[in-house]
Amino acid sequence: MWWLLNSLNIPLSVETVCVFTAPIFSANAAWATYLLTKEVKGTGAGLTAAALLAMVPSYISRSVAGSYDNEAVAIFALILTFYFYVKTLNSGSLFYATLNALSYFYMVCSWGGYTFIINLIPMHVLLCIVTGRYSSRLYIAYAPLVVLGTLLASLVPVVGFNTVMTSEHFSSFLVFVIIHMVALVYYIKGILSPKMFKVAMTLAVTIGLTVCCAVIAIFIASVASSPTKGWSGRSLSLLDPTYASKYIPIIASVSEHQPPTWPLYFVDINVLAFLVPAGIIACFSPLSDASSFMILYLAISAYFSGVMVRLMLVLAPAACVMSGIALSEAFDVFTRSIKFQAGDINSESSIAQNDVSNVDSNATTDKSETVSKEPSRKNHEKEKEQEIVKKVTSKSQNGKKLLVLPQEVSAVVILLLIALGGFYVGHCVWTTATAYSAPAIVLKSYTPDGLRVFDDFREAYAWLQHNTDVDDKVASWWDYGYQITAMANRTVIVDNNTWNNTHIATVGAAVSSPEKAAWEIFNSLDVKYVLVVFGGLVGYPSDDIDKFIWMVRIAGGVFPHIREQDYLRDGRYHIDAHATPTMLNCLMYKLSYYRFVETEAEGFDKVRRTEIGNKKFELTHFEEAFTTEHWMVRIYKLKLPKNRIQGKLKNKSSSETYSSNQTRARNTRRNPWQ
Amino acid sequence: MHPLGLYLTSFSYQEIEKKLRMAKSTSSDAQMLIRSLRTAYAATPTNLKIIDLYVVYAIVTAVIQVVYMGVVGSFPFNSFLSGVLSCVGTAVLAVCLRIQVNKENKEFKDLPPERAYADFILCNLVLHLVIMNFLG
Repeated sequence: MWWLLNSLNIPLSVETVCVFTAPIFSANAAWATYLLTKEVKGTGAGLTAAALLAMVPSYISRSVAGSYDNEAVAIFALILTFYFYVKTLNSGSLFYATLNALSYFYMVCSWGGYTFIINLIPMHVLLCIVTGRYSSRLYIAYAPLVVLGTLLASLVPVVGFNTVMTSEHFSSFLVFVIIHMVALVYYIKGILSPKMFKVAMTLAVTIGLTVCCAVIAIFIASVASSPTKGWSGRSLSLLDPTYASKYIPIIASVSEHQPPTWPLYFVDINVLAFLVPAGIIACFSPLSDASSFMILYLAISAYFSGVMVRLMLVLAPAACVMSGIALSEAFDVFTRSIKFQAGDINSESSIAQNDVSNVDSNATTDKSETVSKEPSRKNHEKEKEQEIVKKVTSKSQNGKKLLVLPQEVSAVVILLLIALGGFYVGHCVWTTATAYSAPAIVLKSYTPDGLRVFDDFREAYAWLQHNTDVDDKVASWWDYGYQITAMANRTVIVDNNTWNNTHIATVGAAVSSPEKAAWEIFNSLDVKYVLVVFGGLVGYPSDDIDKFIWMVRIAGGVFPHIREQDYLRDGRYHIDAHATPTMLNCLMYKLSYYRFVETEAEGFDKVRRTEIGNKKFELTHFEEAFTTEHWMVRIYKLKLPKNRIQGKLKNKSSSETYSSNQTRARNTRRNPWQ
Repeated sequence: MHPLGLYLTSFSYQEIEKKLRMAKSTSSDAQMLIRSLRTAYAATPTNLKIIDLYVVYAIVTAVIQVVYMGVVGSFPFNSFLSGVLSCVGTAVLAVCLRIQVNKENKEFKDLPPERAYADFILCNLVLHLVIMNFLG
């Protein structure tokens, strides 16, 4: 986009483009939601759904100006692909099928969540076939998508041949085969007489069953030979929520991969959580292919959002569409009844309501508000209706039996609905302002003295940038990798994008080991500075001691000498006097609490709310380089190895061996005379 | 012959006759089925038959490619994939075209055949563009 704008001679820096990409795409996503809902229900529902999506906090959290995450673009591609699919389903034209495949390609390029699409659409096709809604439009919508989609997905280097090798795509091929068989069956049914068709069926079933069994046997044999049955780790962790915590701690440790709590649903999609069931019912009243697709999409995404917080994002568009449908249907019913009561509608549909309205107008005489006006108006209406009834009696069969409600009720309900919308808007704006707008680096807290700003992160990064050499490497936990790289301009060991589990496990092993072992690991990685985040003085809850359990688990997954049990006492992590000796000696503990007793807190950790166990200790292999104002970021420098003296001291140093798994690359020359 | 023995043999003879008749009927049913299929198919208009021929040709080409891969090995896997998928792709698109052009199909009554052919050409263009890219 930057290139395009520059070629049009609009000079913008790359940063500006990066910052604004997300909001532009979220605007496009709102437009795509309008199109999708228009295909499912109608323009009114479309506008409501688009307005809802424009503000839903879940999506805004990913598409704030400045957050350059690929999900802002991916959700837009997702909604667009679904729109084209539904449009092809409704119209049956190949042109939209091509556009469907192209937007699916766009989705593959932008996010790994494209497997959601390639599994949801086959499921919907299967659902349509099973419920007897097969039509040739279904074939046109699905078959080209599979072929073109597989080809286009294979073009993307990350996916490559996974499209035909992994189990995530097999459902699309299976349904591809099924839909061909169903199409063939329908075709033959069309050209044969019924008796012949029965004969054909018996023949086909016998042959088909044998072929099927053979194919399934081969398929199962080939899949069972691979260890994870062909599924990738991410998909498996979705299907079985406990898989990640057992096998892959690094995936389990990301906070976004945890299951969401109940309040989080309310925060993220607010009022929509109530409107969604109403939307589902509204989708059933004329059940078309498109509305069955929306119901399936909602159900599946609701299940997956219960597994991982991050997938709330996929639920958000479905929830917006359904709520849009529900809201617009509700508005429809109530405004129609108001209009009718005011006597505006003279169309044929009102005639069918005559019986119903007569009953209802009797019921409203209970209302105390405008009793004097009502009877006269109603008498007048009754006369008008009876005239119309005499004129057109045959057309009364035409309209549906619409439920016409009394006027006051409708007015009150419409006002309530508008108030509901107002609550939603208010909540969205509040959430965006507090939770998703503040930059995560500068923290504020409201104390009785006023606003206190903690600028420790930037203070530490600025110190790093000004006081260290350009080539110095900094080791920290991967959460801060990007920040250090961007703001301090120093090389880090692991950052937010590291997917090499062993790499992160090495850093985890280093901070979980005693000082000397940790020094050796860091020295082998050519690290000069170690950075830890410590929140005990001010009460910052998500510091490194808090994340320590994950460091131990991830390290333990790769290095077996780090056992989680060594750090636990009674199954819990302690840092006070009850802590295990391994815990009290490990690097993370020492680096966090070095000289902590000298502060005003005198060894009382505000986050853990206990006094620390090991209060006074000295660091032998590290020296403190910098601590920020509120002690939130602490930087330590690796001490250079002591000069080795031949003779007596050399023996002492060679006898201090620690855990055997550390690779001793140095060759310690043994004194041959000792 | 003993009357019971006569009765028994005639009974079993009837069973065998019934089985033979059933077998004959299924085979004659199969023959009738094939005949009726053939007559029904002959009734389709020529342009649809041409499209069907094209579909058969594409699928045969795909099968030949698979057999070739089985013989030679799948080293440039992307070429194999793109070749097979291009054949299957044009076959599928031709079937879609046939559905849209078929005059007996009530759903596509108001779709002008020119639009159907234009869509078909466009989709084929996109498909072959992707194939060329993927062929390696």
